[in-house]
Amino acid sequence: MSCHTPVLEPLEQAPPAPAGTKSRLRTVALIGPPNAGKSTLFNRLTGMRQKVANYPGVTVEHHSGRMKSIGRNDLTLIDLPGIYSLATYSEDARVAVDVLTGKMPGVPRPDCVLLVLDATHLNRQLMLAAPVFSIGLPTLVLLNMADQMEARGGVLDTLALARELGHPVALISAAQGKGLEVIPDFLLQADTTLAHNLRPVQLPVLQSPASCRTWATQVSSRTNYQSPAASLWTRRLDSLLLHRIAGPLFFLAVVFAVFQVVFTLGQPLSDGLGTILTSAGAKAALMLPDNWLRLLLRDGLWNGVQSVLVFLPQILLLFLFIGVLEDSGYLARAALIADRVMRSIGLNGKAFIPLLSAYACAVPAIMATRTIENKRERIATILIAPFMTCSARLPIYTLIIAAFIPNRMFVGGVVGLRALVMLGLYALGFLAALITAKLLNSSVMKANAAPFILELPQYRWPTLRSLALRLYDRGKLFLKKAGTVILGVTFLVWVMSVLPVHFATGTAHVSDLTASIIGHLGRFIEPVLRPLGFNWKIGIGLLSSIVAREVIVGTLGTLYGVDPTTHSLGLQAALRHDMTLGGAIALVVFFAFAMQCTSTLAVVKRETNSWKFPAMQFTYMTVVAYTAALITNQLILHLF
Amino acid sequence: MPRLATRKRQADMSEVQVTPLSSARVGNTGIVERIDLPEEVGNYLAHLGFLPGTHVEVLRRAPAGDPTVYRIDGVEVGLRNETARHIFLKLSATEARI
Repeated sequence: MSCHTPVLEPLEQAPPAPAGTKSRLRTVALIGPPNAGKSTLFNRLTGMRQKVANYPGVTVEHHSGRMKSIGRNDLTLIDLPGIYSLATYSEDARVAVDVLTGKMPGVPRPDCVLLVLDATHLNRQLMLAAPVFSIGLPTLVLLNMADQMEARGGVLDTLALARELGHPVALISAAQGKGLEVIPDFLLQADTTLAHNLRPVQLPVLQSPASCRTWATQVSSRTNYQSPAASLWTRRLDSLLLHRIAGPLFFLAVVFAVFQVVFTLGQPLSDGLGTILTSAGAKAALMLPDNWLRLLLRDGLWNGVQSVLVFLPQILLLFLFIGVLEDSGYLARAALIADRVMRSIGLNGKAFIPLLSAYACAVPAIMATRTIENKRERIATILIAPFMTCSARLPIYTLIIAAFIPNRMFVGGVVGLRALVMLGLYALGFLAALITAKLLNSSVMKANAAPFILELPQYRWPTLRSLALRLYDRGKLFLKKAGTVILGVTFLVWVMSVLPVHFATGTAHVSDLTASIIGHLGRFIEPVLRPLGFNWKIGIGLLSSIVAREVIVGTLGTLYGVDPTTHSLGLQAALRHDMTLGGAIALVVFFAFAMQCTSTLAVVKRETNSWKFPAMQFTYMTVVAYTAALITNQLILHLF
Repeated sequence: MPRLATRKRQADMSEVQVTPLSSARVGNTGIVERIDLPEEVGNYLAHLGFLPGTHVEVLRRAPAGDPTVYRIDGVEVGLRNETARHIFLKLSATEARI
């Protein structure tokens, strides 16, 4: 123990707390190693919903919230990315350390700390305790995953640990919300006796990993800590899911099952929702006077927004699958399986997790690249992430596939043609990402080999609560987008489709679609798009979808709703009436490659701190999309 | 885990064989002897438990044969062979004879 020294004042010397003063405590920080459950606890304490999942590196930013759920509206809780030590190596970890030590501009220095550790492997998790204690703030040690400890037979003594550590210790389960009542007690105590009952604690002086480790092992053996047995289920599942042959097959089967379910279950639901929305629109229209207002509300706005809304069931199904994969811990295994492929294109296996999350949306995926320590690999990952098929492409994909691809089943009704085409589109995006990464690696970014180090979390059952909350949040986000961006663009498109208004014999006449502003604009750009098999309406759809990919469906819904020749048809029928097979397939191929998303461009600009990368990315992806769509249309035109 | 590690260490006294982690077979166990990696990587690995004296088990290889999953200190960690090559393992006596 010669290398240990007391760093905190002994009990007797602590100043007495002034009685009756106002709360000194304002800011509380959550800190802990990656995947210890900090964000789950944050959500429990604030009632907010930051993203949580079962793999390390989900949280990459600091988030603040009021501790409403425990009745402490006066306190701000800060959730931080996971860290292993205060010596940092990646950008997300630097954020955590800066906030904790009060060096983050705009974030108040925390007054006390909740240190969240995974109780199931305390030996290692305790290594972080010494550096955190040495900051000198009142700290409550929360040993999370009590449920796992109990289920797998681990032993720990919180009282003995508290004595060893000189800080209060409690066993909790953030996922189940158990044992959290110690937190308000601790906060009250920390408030009145800030730095009052701290005892001297022996901390490693140098805080090298080795000395922290020795200390952690001593603490856990002195308190008779016994780590729980390895989860038998995790071993069994892994011997199957990481099996040489069964593993990759299972991976492919999962991916295919997602698309199959999106069609076999999602399509009827979506059609049903469409029928309900259409008849609701028709009933509401009867109550409106037969003038421009009815035109605007029904033909313009309702047609546009409704054609996007019908995709809600499919989007929710997709996110249900993503939720199960993320919460169960399978995602880390998928990264392990894919590492070989990633390495062949010069990417770190760690890039796989951000890339997988880009299947939901590229924006959080690009932020998740903060966990990649190597700067060049990080930029390469940012540049290829938007090629991954995000959920915003789903509406246009399912619309075109449902309209143009017959619903044929093969292999005894297990494999559907529509799901196959969908899989093809996803594969196309992935392929483009691979080739782009390869190009980047051989030219712009010669990456030096950063090590691949991946922690595999234990498998856990996704809780119904967490899945339900994910779907609820996703649904809300989707409806919000429909009610704002899509409604706005639809309104603009409708206005431009009826202007200019002609006044003849005292009454106002709106323009024919072809004579309207939008008709002129459409025909102005049509020559560029003709070779791709797109008519001018599709062209307007493409222009409007630069805002966000789903917008094209809204725009097409409005344009075909306004057009008298297709007015009474549904959007699918209208498209079949107005497009060739070549043009339709070229359209989805265009969407597989094109960068039609202002949010992504903005986040790339923010994360790379330059306009160079988003500009380069937009140009490159648009050129690739145009070329690929051109080839597709011409091929289909000449082959069939 | 610590008790198990001590027992293994005693068993090693009879026969000691040091091998890079990447050459150990699936199912082998042993004690980390030393780590020859740049400080930054070494520290990262140290925080995951890769420190001299710690007990390691080679759990399984990824379907493509690389990376390999190791159990160290109750945690499963995947490492590419290019990294594992620089970590040296004192194999437990029983496996060393195989």
